[in-house]
Amino acid sequence: MSQTIIWTIVIIAVLGLVLALVLWFIAEKFKVVEDPRIDEVEKVMPGANCGGCGFAGCRAFADSAVKAENLDNHFCPVGGNDVMQKVAAILGHEVKAKAPQVAVVRCNGTCEARPVVNDYDGAATCRVKAALYSGDTGCSYGCLGCGDCVSACQFGALSMDPATGLPVVDEEKCTACGACVKACPKAIIELRAKGPRGMRMFVSCVNKDKGPSVKKACANACIGCGICFKTCTHDAIVFDSNVAYIDYSKCKLCRECEAFCPTEAIHAVNFPKPLDKDAVKARVNERKKKAAEAAAAAQTTVKEDKQ
Amino acid sequence: MNRTFSIGGVHPHDSKISKDCAIEALPLPPTVYISVAQHIGAPAKPIVAPGDKVKVGQPIAEPGGFVSAFIHSSVSGTVKSIAPRADLAGNKQMCIEIAVEGDEWYEGIDTSDTLNTDFSDDNKEIIEKIRLGGIVGLGGATFPTHVKLSPPPGKVCETLIINGCECEPYLTSDYRTLLEKGPQVVTGTAILKQALSVDKAVIAIEENKPQAIEYINKLLSDLRKVSSKYTGITVMSLRKRYPQGGEKQLIDAVMHRQVKSGGLPIDVGAVVQNVGTALAVYDAVQKRKPLIDNTITVTGECFPRQANLLVRVGTPLSFIIDYLGGMPADAAKVISGGPMMGKAISNLDAATLKGTSSLLFLTEKQTRRRPESSCIRCGRCADACPMGLEPFLLNRLAHAGLTDELEKNAVQDCIECGCCLYSCPANIPLLDHIRQAKGQVMGIIRARAAAAKAAASK
Repeated sequence: MSQTIIWTIVIIAVLGLVLALVLWFIAEKFKVVEDPRIDEVEKVMPGANCGGCGFAGCRAFADSAVKAENLDNHFCPVGGNDVMQKVAAILGHEVKAKAPQVAVVRCNGTCEARPVVNDYDGAATCRVKAALYSGDTGCSYGCLGCGDCVSACQFGALSMDPATGLPVVDEEKCTACGACVKACPKAIIELRAKGPRGMRMFVSCVNKDKGPSVKKACANACIGCGICFKTCTHDAIVFDSNVAYIDYSKCKLCRECEAFCPTEAIHAVNFPKPLDKDAVKARVNERKKKAAEAAAAAQTTVKEDKQ
Repeated sequence: MNRTFSIGGVHPHDSKISKDCAIEALPLPPTVYISVAQHIGAPAKPIVAPGDKVKVGQPIAEPGGFVSAFIHSSVSGTVKSIAPRADLAGNKQMCIEIAVEGDEWYEGIDTSDTLNTDFSDDNKEIIEKIRLGGIVGLGGATFPTHVKLSPPPGKVCETLIINGCECEPYLTSDYRTLLEKGPQVVTGTAILKQALSVDKAVIAIEENKPQAIEYINKLLSDLRKVSSKYTGITVMSLRKRYPQGGEKQLIDAVMHRQVKSGGLPIDVGAVVQNVGTALAVYDAVQKRKPLIDNTITVTGECFPRQANLLVRVGTPLSFIIDYLGGMPADAAKVISGGPMMGKAISNLDAATLKGTSSLLFLTEKQTRRRPESSCIRCGRCADACPMGLEPFLLNRLAHAGLTDELEKNAVQDCIECGCCLYSCPANIPLLDHIRQAKGQVMGIIRARAAAAKAAASK
C-alpha cells in the first residue's frame, strides 16, 4: 500500500519535471520579444477601450505610440493632457498640451419651439429614422430625439431631457471621445474646446435652409440673418449656407453676437453672470457710431485735401 | 397549377377595392413642381431658366450622366423658379416650379388616340426615342429604360418579361392599364422585344386578374394575324403570391432561373419591364410623347372615393386629395406605393414623381404597429424571405453594427419586400434595421469598388 503511494508520488514528480523542462524549452525557443514600454504605457492609459483615439483600444494605442517617432498623431481624449504627459515621459517624447474638449449639441429645437408635425411609428433609433425621412418636425436638420448618441456614450455623459426632447451633455463625465459625434446621423454633435473655466459660445443650430422656412419650422433656429457676422470684431464667425458657425479658436467670448441674435440661437455657457443685452447693444452701437463718424471725417479730410 | 417563384413569399389579402374604377384624367393643377431627381442615377440638369415659357412635353432637364434620364415639362406655362423643395419624405430636392397656363403641346407630339401597331425595326432608333422620351422603369425602381435596353457587351438577352403581376395589395393601376390600354401595352411590348432583338416575350399576370389575361390573349391572337412582329409574345398566368413582382422573383417564376447574389437579370438572359413602362414606350416611340403622366391608384377603405387617375408628373399630392373630396378624418397614414413596400408620406405638399404608383390611405387601426416583444426563434421570417436570407440574424447583426458579418450574410441582397416584418409574430421591426444596415453595407461596397477602380487606373 505505502509502496504504491511512494511510486505514484515519484512518477508524478518526474513527469512534472520533464513537462516543465519541455515547456521551458519551448517558451525560450519561441519567445516573443516585446517592447516593455508598451505595458508601461498601457498601465497609464485610462483603460476604457472606447476607441476615441482612433485605435482599437488602449493596448493598440500603446503599441502604436511606442512605435511612432513622435506623438503628434496620438492623443487620448479620455485621459487628456495628464495621461499624454505620462505617456510622453515614458517614451521620452515631447507633447504639446491640447485644449480640453467637450461634446456640444447644436440643436435647440425644443418641443415648444419645434412642433411635431407627424407621428413616427417605426424602429426607435435615429439611424433608421434618418434613413426613412427627414424627421417628425418641420426641420430636416434637427435632432431626431431617439437617443442614438445616448446609447453610443460609454461614460454615461449623455441623457435625453424629456422636457425638451434633446440630449444633454454632462460636462463632468464627457471625455470628448467622439462616439456620439459618429452616432448622430444629422451631424449635430460637435467636439469643441471647453474654454477658459468652461466658458464657451456656440451657435445651437445647423439648419441650412433659408430664413422664412427655418422660422416656420423652429422658433429657436439660426435664421441666417448675418447680424452676428457683422457684429463680431474678432473674425470668429463663419457664415456659410444660411447658418452661422463660431470658430472657437478665434472667439474671444465678448458675447456681442449673443446680444444681437434675434432668435437666441447663440448659446453662451458657464458664464458667471447673465448677459445684459441692452448694455452690450448700446456699447456696440456707440462703437459703430464712432466708427461711422470717423469714416465720414476721414472722407471729408480726403475731399478737402483734394480741393 | 400555375407557376410561381421557388422560395419564401407571403399571401397578404389583395384588397384591390379600386379595380373597377376606370382611369380618369385629373384636371390640371395650378402649379406643378417637377423634381430633377425622379430616377435612379445622377439627377438631371435643368436646361430652362425662371421666366421661360414651356409647353407640354418640352424637355426641361437633360441627363446628368450615363445612368440618368431626360425630364419633360408635364404642363404648358411659365417656369417660376428652380429651387430645393421638400419631397415626399421631407428631404430637399431640386424642383422646377411651373405655373400652368392653358394646355399647349410641344411640336412633334401626336396627341391623337389613333392606335399605331406598326413600328420601325431599327433598334438604335427605338432606343434613342426611348432615351429622348425620358422613360424610366415604372415598376417602382425608376431605372432609366434605355440603359436597361442596352445590355453590356457579351451579355445576351433571351427573354423579355413584361411585369403585370401587381402583387402589392390595393394597387390597381397596372391592371386598369392592361384593360384600358391593352393594345398600346402589347405594341409597347413588341417594340421592347424589337429593341432587345429577342424572340420571346412573356407578359406575366397573376391569376387573380382573369379578365386582363383573357383580354391580352385575345389582342395578341388578333395582332399575330396582322403582323409577324407579334409572334413570340405570350401571356403567362402566375399563381398569386407576394413579392412576385420583384424582378428576381419574377424571373424565377417565369424562367425557373435564379439570379446570383450581386448579379443582374441579364446574367440569366432576362430583361424585366413593367406594364406601365411598356405603355410609356409605346407613347414615346409611336406618338413621340415623353413620360409626362402616369396612372396613380388612390385608394384605402377610409377614403371616400376610390380612383385610378392619370396624373401629370409634378402634381402636388394635396391637389389630388382635394379633387377626390379631401382628406378623410380617420386616415392616420398616407402611403406612396403599396402597403408592403410603399413609404409613408410625411409631406402632403410634395409633388408626384414619374414612379409614384399609388396613394394609399390607412386608418390608425390598420397601420399602428403592435408592441414589439422578444424574438422566439420561430424562423418564420427566414421561411418568408424570398431571397433566402435570415432576417432574424441580420437584425441582430444590424443592432451590433457588424458590417463585415452583415455582408457575409448577404444583407445587400435584401429587396426590402417586408415579408419578414409581415410574418413576425413578435412584431419586431426587422426590415427597419435591415434596410438601414443594407444602406450602410452598400456604401462600404461602393467605396471599396471606387477605391479598387482608382488603384487600377494608377
